[in-house]
Order: sequence, then structure tokens, then C-alpha cells
Amino acid sequence: MNESQTRAPSPGEFDLSQFHDVFFEEAGDNLANMESLLLALDLHAIEDETLNAIFRCAHSIKGGAATFGFQDVADLTHVMETLLDRLRRHEIAITVGMVDTLLESGDVLRQQLALRQAASSESLDASELVARIRALAHGDAAAAPLTAAPLNAAPLNAAPLTAAPLTAAPEVASPPALVVDLAPGERVLAVRVGPLEHATQADPIAELFEEIPGLGKFTALDQGHLDGQRMRHFQVITSSADSDLLDLFSFHVAREQVHLQSMPRESTDSVSGAAGLDGPAEITPRTDETTAEDGSWGLFGSAAASVAPAADPSGTGLAERPAVGTLIPTPAPAGLRTAEKGPATNLESSSLRVPIEKVDQLINLVGELVITQAMLAQTGQELDSMKHQRLVSGLSDLERNTRLLQEAVMAIRMIPMTAVFNRFPRMLRDLAGKLGKQLELQTIGEETELDKGLIEKITDPLTHLVRNAADHGIESPQERRAAGKPELGTVTLAAAHQGGSIVIEVRDDGRGLNRAKLLKKAAERGLAVSDGMTDQEVYGLIFEPGFSTANEVTDVSGRGVGMDVVKRNITALGGSVEIDSTEGQGMRVSVRLPLTLAIMDGMSVGVGEETYIVPLASVIESIHLAESDVKSVGGTGRVVEVRQEYLPLMQMDQLFDVPRQHAHNGGIMIVVEAEGGRVALLVDELIGQHQVVVKNLEANYRKVPGVSGATILGDGRVALILDVSWLVRRARH
Amino acid sequence: MMTPRDQKADSGTHPREYLTFRLGEEEYGIDILKVQEIRGYEQPTRIANAPAFVKGVVNLRGVIVPIVDLRLKFGLGSAEYNDFTVVIILNLGSRVVGAVVDSVSDVMELSVDQIREAPEIDSGVDASYITGLGTLNDRMLILLAIDQLMGASEMALVEHA
Repeated sequence: MNESQTRAPSPGEFDLSQFHDVFFEEAGDNLANMESLLLALDLHAIEDETLNAIFRCAHSIKGGAATFGFQDVADLTHVMETLLDRLRRHEIAITVGMVDTLLESGDVLRQQLALRQAASSESLDASELVARIRALAHGDAAAAPLTAAPLNAAPLNAAPLTAAPLTAAPEVASPPALVVDLAPGERVLAVRVGPLEHATQADPIAELFEEIPGLGKFTALDQGHLDGQRMRHFQVITSSADSDLLDLFSFHVAREQVHLQSMPRESTDSVSGAAGLDGPAEITPRTDETTAEDGSWGLFGSAAASVAPAADPSGTGLAERPAVGTLIPTPAPAGLRTAEKGPATNLESSSLRVPIEKVDQLINLVGELVITQAMLAQTGQELDSMKHQRLVSGLSDLERNTRLLQEAVMAIRMIPMTAVFNRFPRMLRDLAGKLGKQLELQTIGEETELDKGLIEKITDPLTHLVRNAADHGIESPQERRAAGKPELGTVTLAAAHQGGSIVIEVRDDGRGLNRAKLLKKAAERGLAVSDGMTDQEVYGLIFEPGFSTANEVTDVSGRGVGMDVVKRNITALGGSVEIDSTEGQGMRVSVRLPLTLAIMDGMSVGVGEETYIVPLASVIESIHLAESDVKSVGGTGRVVEVRQEYLPLMQMDQLFDVPRQHAHNGGIMIVVEAEGGRVALLVDELIGQHQVVVKNLEANYRKVPGVSGATILGDGRVALILDVSWLVRRARH
Repeated sequence: MMTPRDQKADSGTHPREYLTFRLGEEEYGIDILKVQEIRGYEQPTRIANAPAFVKGVVNLRGVIVPIVDLRLKFGLGSAEYNDFTVVIILNLGSRVVGAVVDSVSDVMELSVDQIREAPEIDSGVDASYITGLGTLNDRMLILLAIDQLMGASEMALVEHA
């Protein structure tokens, strides 16, 4: 017993860093959650539960950050929490400015967390933001006339309500809370904690009341500072026994530092006065809903004044501080009260968080199993099916089960497109403000699933497309009105499965592409264009490097870098992009992608004794090559005519230096396409088409020019997968 | 769980175990803890335009592993491949690499006083990859810093910026 104690690390040395990853992950989730909740907020009909949920997000981040000592994160979330807390208690009304500020805080937090995660010594100074939020939380309360009717003494409440009518008198920030009412069995306690070294040492006590439903109502009487005797002063309304409270508090501060004192209601003034605070001298009694947290009153609060609009519905970021018309939203309807009780409504109970490596390991193992199964199947074919009936039928079961297993395992990596689509409402909201346009985002099929690796890689190209649609596609409200369209422009994101691919469309109802303008621009840039080109070909011009149709370069886009990068990135993922447009009515960009990067349809080809895999997506056709079809250009260059077009001919055996026992004539050429170019690859034979499991060559080796990866063939040997883009680029030089 | 024995092997003053193998007429030793397994030689998939001593890649239970022939690298013995040719699969932290050798001899324990400093000589093996010369009766073992060797840019196994 003693021995084990001496070995255990003392609490001070306890290494928290092992929990960092979990924290960062959860904080990321919380931020994303908070953002989507904020965006979904309807300022006219705020639901208490939404505010509570937002509050909880900030609160969990703060809790974690404080535990791990991420002071900047904790500081920022702390003020956010203060603001959100006042909002959810209806002490102040939410404004568009507040939503903007909270969204901005989310961004800053994300950056702060990223810095922390990278263990960077840098930190982001958010003091200006913190000050701004603090002003919103406190200043508004003081400045905004409180027009809410005093709380009616509801039948529920035993004690009479004595609050004076609200006198909108400018109050000093953070007025001390006064007890207005008590439920049966409740009592008022003055809690003094100290002496303490730091005021924040007592903060966890406040959190207890947030975390434990039904513990009671907590009010800080000291604005978070220590008094002359290094004491902090709180007021608690609770029905719990002193001993229970002491037990709870002593988790955070020493038991002897906690002093509880029963307090008659009338004495509250003197208590806060006695605390020696530099606080307000004139304490105007007011109905402070701070104490109404769990809704045992306030249910019947008058909504008389709640008709004035709470916020400017159209403006974005206009009203940091609403001058008039601010009101306290109607207290929550009774039905919402129960939701408030459980502070952590967990949605995740039916899912499991697993590190991606574990899934990848599983996929690897299944890939192995598939290869072994293929090997067995091959051997099984040579057996006499009469003699080995049971073995043969077992092998066919194995084949089916292996395939199902592979599908099921691959499905683990599949996540819904929601993960990408979720970022766009926010982006469009910001863009609308920046561009002075009215934008609306519609999403269709966000439940469509895609491999996680692809989701991460498709996000940037999609962001670009959406930004383009908002900037170039959608016209200004004036133009739209002139064209007889609604001022509100719509950008639609749609995802759907089509066969083995996913198709993601970015549509807008804006001005569309102008064929003549595109052709003119292209001619100016010296691109080979003609009037005879099909619409598809003309639209394809916007994928040319440096091509921009924007008349002016805006902050958002128009520098002509982009669409070519978009196309290149999508092609690199084995996908394709198509554009469709009707002038004056909008345009549609369709991105087609394979469902996963881990499995690919490949064509295996033989060169000498070696086998290579050509990605099937890039294969256009394969043709028997007669020696006479090959022409030489400039001595070493070889071209071949395919359908009235001369293509560079790349001889695989030369390119890959394949050893040959004896000379080989003729062969098969495979026309492949990548990055908008075509080449003909000369190989000896076509072996077949199959799905191959793509393996990384760089894990233990290095990048090999001309090779994008490797796979394992049915006989257990490794075959290299050709990098068609590299081949095309190589042919150009 | 660290056994007392492991702890001993970790400290510098206690004997360490080496896997010894032959390249031509010479005998080499590498830290046994770097060795993952020993396999027979199978024809790897050739990689175009790689140095001659990089024989290619093989499938090791689903992992693509490059195979290096140390005989070719050091210019020792004749690089023949037969049923007795052996590949030592090395686990070098994040990477797995196979090394072709003529034969694996045994695992030997060498204490610090059995290891002499290698003199500066011009040879096919860069002196910076030789940690010392081990003596055991009348045998001499060339002890290799296999990590550094396999990570060196001249091995062309790792991307060097």
C-alpha cells in the first residue's frame, strides 16, 4: 500500500497533456455547434433552449481551457459566457451586433485553439474583443432602457414581490442581485469564501450551481473581486442543507474557508454593503431575473412590452448597441422549463468516437483479407468441384462475406456532406455583408455520404465555387430588381449519389455566363478559340489558368486564380467538373467525385514482365497499335493519330526502363486524359479491370515520379499505379 | 511493463544484443531492437529509375516495404538471389525497410569493453555509419548505425528537401 503511494505521481505532476487531443476535438465540435446555433437564431423568436445550448458550448470550452491552463481561451469564453448568461436570463436582449461579435469570437477561439494545439508559443491577442464583449454584456444592460414589465407575483410564489417599478435609471454595471422571491423550502444564504490568494479560486463554486441542476441559484455580490480581507461574497438561494453545500464547495476551496450565513431577505443590502465593496451606493431594487434560472417563476411574466422588434432584421452589424426598442424577450413558455433542467442534453450517446488510425488499420486488414480471399478463389477454381464440394461452397461464402465486410468497413469512413455544407451558411452571411448583396443558401442532400479523406479535400474547391457564385454569379439587389428577379439571390448546394460517384452541384440564380464575353476574354488572352466551339467548351475556358470573367477584382474573388486550381484539385481526386449555364438565369457547376480514395477502379496492363495499374477514370479508350500509325517528330518525339488528332505516344517500357528479354513490336495504346491533356500510352497487353485497394508508397519509401501509389495484386505482389497527370505533364516537355 | 532485464539493456554500460549477418566475407552487427523479422527473399516489384541497390517494393502483410540490397550498396560479395538469401525487416521508428544480406548468423551480446572504435579508413561503408568494431574471440563484427544509414540521402529511401 505504502509502496504504491510513493510511486504514484503527485497531483502537481499529473500530466494533463494526454487529454489535450480530446479537448481540442470537443472544443472544435462545440465551436461548430455554437456557430450553427448562432446562425440559426431567429432574433424575433429566440428560444431559450437555443440560448442555453449556445451558453453550454461556451461553458464547456471554458471549463476545458481553464483545466489545461489555456488562459487566453478561458478569458475569451468567460466574457462570452457572461454575455450569453445575461442573454439567456433575459437581462439584455440579443442584437445582430451581438451575434456578429459572438461569431467573431468563435473564429478567434478557433485560431487560439489551433495555436495551442500546435503547441505554438504565439498567442492571439483578443483583449480588444474581450473588452467589446464585456461592453455588450454590461454596457447594454445599463444603457438600454429596461422596458420589461416587472415580474408579476405569480400565484406560484409565496412571498410578495416588492420590487419597485423599473426606473431605467442608469445603473452601474453588474448590479448586486437582490432576492425577490423564495419558493417553499428555499432559503437565502450569504456565502463568504476566503481568505483567498486569487479571486478566481472561488469561481468553480459558481460553476457548481450551473452544473448541478436544482442545487439553487447563485449570485456573485462582488463582481469577481476580493474584498479587503481577501474574501469573496456570494448569495445563494437553495433548499440544500448547509452540510451538503459545504461538501460540494470543499471540492474547490478548503472547508474552513467557506462561511455560510443564513440571511433574512431584508438584510441583503446591508450584507453587500458590509462586504466593503466599492460597488454602487444607490442600489435600486429591481426585478432581476438572475434568480429565475430554473424557471420556478417568470412563467407568467407579462409580455406586455414584448411587441417592439428586438433587432434590426435586415442590417448586418449595424447595431452594436441598440438605442431604443430593446426589450427583454418574453419569458420562456412553461414547456421549455424541463429542457432547462438537464444542462447537458447529449446527442452523441449512440455514436462512438474512434481515432481515424484505428479505422484505417481495419481497412488495411480487410484489404489483406480481400487479397487472401482472391488468392484462395483462384486456387479453388483449379479444384474439382465435385470432389471438393464443401470447400468450393465455403469459398463462395467467403467471397460474399468478404465483400460485405469490405463495404461495411469502408462505410465507417463515410461521413455526411453536412460536415462541409455546414461551413457555408456562415460564409454566405459574411459575404452578403461584404458584397452588399442579399444571399440565401439552400442545401439539398447534405446527408449524402462521402469518404472522410475526400470530404477534407473537397472543402476548399467547394468553398471557392460558392464564393464565386456569390461574388460573380449573384447580381446586386438593384440589378436583380431591374432584371425582374427577387432581390434575394439563392445559392444552392446539392449532393447526391450517382452510381459509384457522388455529384455535388453549386448552383446560383445569378447572371450566368456570357458566351460572347468569355470568347472575347479568351481571345484577348491569346487562347485558341473560335465561334464554332460548343457551349460546354466555351464555359470550360473559365478553368484556364489566370482566366477571370470578373470586371473588377474584388476582395472576395476575381483575381483569376481559382477556377484552374479548383479543377486541378478535383481532377487530382479522380473527379471531374462540368459547367452549365443559362445567361441571365444562373449557372451550375457539377463536381463528380469517386466515393472513396481507398479503392479505385483500375485497368491492369502488362509491360514486359511487369504489371502496372492505370486509373480507369482517366482511360478514354484503348486501341491496337500498328507500327505504321506511329510518326516521329523532331527525331525522338513520337506521335500517333487518334481520331483526327495527333497525340504524344509514351512508350511505357522506355519511360519506366522495363527490362526485356526480347524485342517487342506493336502493342496496345491506351489513350489517357488528365489536366485537360491527352496522351497515348504504349503497353504490351491489357490484363483486366478490377477494383484495387490504393496503398501509399511514401509511408516507407519516397515519392516516385510517374507513380501515384501502389496496390497488391491477387497473387500478393505489388503493382504500381500510374500517375496519369505526371505522364501528361511529362509529354508536354 | 519494463522488466529489470530490459532496463539493463537500455543503459549504456550493460551488454547489448546484436543481430549478426554476413555480407560477402564480412560480418556485421545491428541493434537487435531494430529488427522486426527475418524473411526469405522474394522478387520485389521493381521501381523505375531507382538506384540499383533499391531492389523494389514488396507486400508485407498489406504494407508496401522497400527492399535494399546491402551487398550492392557496399559492393560486397556477389548479389545472387537464391533460396538462402535473407531479408532482414528493420523497424526504424516510423518506417519499415527490408535489407537483403547473404545470411544471418546469430544474436550476440556485446559488452561495452568488447567494442572498439573503428579507425578512419576509406571503404565502401561510410565511417559515420559504423558505431564500432565488436570483438568476440577471433571474430570481428562491424557494428552499423542502421537508422542513420537507412535515413541517409545516399540511400534514396527518404525524401530529402
